[in-house]
Amino acid sequence: MLRPEMASKATRLRALALYKELHRLGRDYEPSYDFHGKLRRLFEKNRNLTDDEEIEKALRLGEYIKNETLALYSLRKYRYLKRMYPSNSTTSDT
Amino acid sequence: MRPSAVQLLNILVPIKRAVDYAVKIRVNPEQTGIDLNVKHSMNPFDEIAVEEAVRIRERLKDAVKSIKVVTIGPPKSAETLRTALAMGADSAVHVEIPESAPAPEPLGVAKTLKALIERQKEGVDVVIMGKQAIDDDAGQTGQMLAGLMGWSQATFASRVEVDPEQKVANITREIDGGLEELRCNLPVIITTDLRLNEPRYASLPNIMKAKKKPVEKLTVAELGIDLTPRLETIKVTEPLKRVGGGKVANVDELLAKLKEAGVTGKRA
Repeated sequence: MLRPEMASKATRLRALALYKELHRLGRDYEPSYDFHGKLRRLFEKNRNLTDDEEIEKALRLGEYIKNETLALYSLRKYRYLKRMYPSNSTTSDT
Repeated sequence: MRPSAVQLLNILVPIKRAVDYAVKIRVNPEQTGIDLNVKHSMNPFDEIAVEEAVRIRERLKDAVKSIKVVTIGPPKSAETLRTALAMGADSAVHVEIPESAPAPEPLGVAKTLKALIERQKEGVDVVIMGKQAIDDDAGQTGQMLAGLMGWSQATFASRVEVDPEQKVANITREIDGGLEELRCNLPVIITTDLRLNEPRYASLPNIMKAKKKPVEKLTVAELGIDLTPRLETIKVTEPLKRVGGGKVANVDELLAKLKEAGVTGKRA
């Protein structure tokens, strides 16, 4: 991931870590959505940011997408399991 | 075999690398089993078990001496162990079986776990494992292990509270008709139900850190166990295809068909 020489090393590392994490998450996404393609394009679109606040905003958006995707996976898995292994009890509080 | 001294807990979490929940299961062409050339991942109920062990430590802090995960499986099962280590386990044991070997049966697994527990110099106080694996749905291993060890057991746990000082565990179980509360003396075998907790995500940094955690490799021969299957699967077939729904021309026909099917629209 290319960034201008002046960019702070810390934010560069954060951006790299975020990209790797999102890339790994994207493996389980619906293939027709092209998660990896979109991920790459979004990062590339922001490659030349220099303003600290804009960089923070972009990183926060990335974190948000990561959390949303995680929540989506969690829900999908839980819903499947709940359907396959329903609570037997008639007086369950679930 | 002997529980550890005084108030320190050693927790063992057996896990299984099972067919991933999202995979569409297909019967293999020979009709001897399912197509195993698909994505595998940690059995979801075992994820819940690992999570519960980690949460017990978060609550009891230093009272938990170790969380050890174990799996019996082919070389690829090492990845599953790494995920468990990334979630918070301290160390792992990989009882490796050849890729071509038949899947171990619950009794075989239970005997192997018993042999492993007896090897633990520091003893084991709590065994937490999934109630069943989503690929075979046997739901037997925990109970068999408890029987072999002569330990207390609490299956389908939806809430676990361990008291190391009293050496008991208070466990709520999900049963038909409601919830049952048990107090079990340690050592105890607990199997996890879906509603026990929501497992944490193993982040990439944690997965990387997990590579440094110790993984002990063993063979079943070293444990003195024979995993030869005692059951022979004769045939595996898919369930009968669902008969498609029919179309109706108008509301009257719909009502007639519903009445035929015994649906009256009145509260039973």
